Amino acid sequence: MCLAIPALIKLIEDKEAEAEIGGLTRRISLWLTPEAKVGDYVLLHTGYAINILDQEEAEETLKLLEEIARLTEEES
Amino acid sequence: MKFVSEFRRSELAKGLISQIHRRSKTPVRFMEFCGGHTVTIFRYGIRHVLPKTIDMVSGPGCPICVTANADLDKAIALAQIPDVIIATFGDMLKVPGSHSSLQEVKADGADVHTVYSAMDALKIAEDNPTKHVVFIGIGFETTAPTIAASILQAEERRIRNYYVLSLHKLCPPVIRALLASGEVKLHGLICPGHVSAIIGSHPWEFIAQDYSIPCVVSGFEPLDILQCVDMLVAQTESGESRVKIAYRRGVRPEGNQQALKLMEQVFEPCPAQWRGIGEVPDSGLKLGKKYQCYDAELAFDIDPGPTYEPTGCICGDILRGVKTPADCRLFSKTCTPQYPVGPCMVSSEGNCSAYYLYGEGFEG
Repeated sequence: MCLAIPALIKLIEDKEAEAEIGGLTRRISLWLTPEAKVGDYVLLHTGYAINILDQEEAEETLKLLEEIARLTEEES
Repeated sequence: MKFVSEFRRSELAKGLISQIHRRSKTPVRFMEFCGGHTVTIFRYGIRHVLPKTIDMVSGPGCPICVTANADLDKAIALAQIPDVIIATFGDMLKVPGSHSSLQEVKADGADVHTVYSAMDALKIAEDNPTKHVVFIGIGFETTAPTIAASILQAEERRIRNYYVLSLHKLCPPVIRALLASGEVKLHGLICPGHVSAIIGSHPWEFIAQDYSIPCVVSGFEPLDILQCVDMLVAQTESGESRVKIAYRRGVRPEGNQQALKLMEQVFEPCPAQWRGIGEVPDSGLKLGKKYQCYDAELAFDIDPGPTYEPTGCICGDILRGVKTPADCRLFSKTCTPQYPVGPCMVSSEGNCSAYYLYGEGFEG
C-alpha cells in the first residue's frame, strides 16, 4: 500500500509534472515536492511525488555494498 | 528501472549475506513493520538466506489489514446511499466487512470506482457534479498527505461534491502500543521506508530510547532489506540501540516538511481502531475543523449496524506478530486469495497473502 517507485521528471507545469516511469509517461502531482526540478527522480506514490530521490546517496550506498562484496570475496 | 535494478544485484546480495552470517552470533528476533517489506522478504526468499540466529516476524504495517470491521462497514454503508459514488484503491474492494464487501454491493448496483490516485477521485467528482463522490481514505503517513493535497485541490478548484472517509492511521503510536503490551519480544525493528520518507527517522527515536530496540529504516529492494538486517545485527551484537537509515536515497532524518505541513493543515490526530490491537490513542487522522465540509462521516447519515468478526479468523493475532498464518485453521483451506475470509489474505501486502503466494505455511 505504501508502494512508491522512482519516476524521472521530464516537464513541469505549475504543480504538476510529466514523468517517466519505466518507459511510460504519466502526469504526476508535485503538491508534496514543490522544489522538484526537471531531471530529478522522485518517489511516486498514488500519483503524487512524495520525496525527491537523493541520487548521490544512492551511489554512496551502492559503493558501500560493492565494498562489502569485494571484502567478502577476498576473505573467501 | 533506474534506482530499482541496481538494488537487486545478486553479487552484492552475496556480500551482505556473508557479512550477516559472519556477524550474527546471538539469537534475535527482528520485526518488519511494513507489509511492503514482508512482500520483498518473501518474494526474494530472504528468510531462507539469513542465519538461523535471526528470526523474522511480520508486523501490522498493512493499512487494509488493520482497518477494523466497523470502519469497513461504514464504507460499505456509504456505497449504498443513492447518488453516492465510492472511489477507492483497488485493494479495498474484496475486503469483507461484517456482512458484505464493496465488491458485493457493487455487484448489487452500488456505484464503486477503483482509482489509482486521489486525483482520479477528484476528477470523478468534477465530471459528476450531481453526485456525491466519497473517497475511502485509507493508508498510513505515506498516503495521508496525498489525500490532504486532494482536499486542498478540491478547495482550490471549488469542487463541492468531494468527500473523504478518513480511515488513515499513524505508525509510531501503534508500534508504541505493541511494544507496551510486551506480547512480542523484539531485538530490532525494520522501520517502514515510505512512511519515513514523510515523517523522517526522528519519530522512531522512542523505540531505541525507551525500549532499547535498534531501528533501521529500510527501502523495498532485496539489497535494502539485507543492508537493513546487517545494520540491525551490527547493533544487536555490539549492544547498541540507535535509529539509523539504510534507505538514504529515499529518506531524510527530518522527513518531507511540505507533506507534513499539508497533513497537519487538513487533518488532526484522533483515536483509531486497529484490527487485533483495539483502540490506540492519537493513531488516526480526522479532518480538522476547517475541512469538515469534506468529511463523509459528517456529511452522510450512516448506520452500519452491529459489527461481526468471522469465526476462526486469526488476522488480529497475526497482525500483532504473536501468530503466523501457519497457525490458522482456515489458511489455504477455507481462506484463499480467491475466497478470502480475513483481510490479511485479501491485501497483496497482507501476511497471509504473502505466505500463500510464496508457498510458506503449508502443511507437509
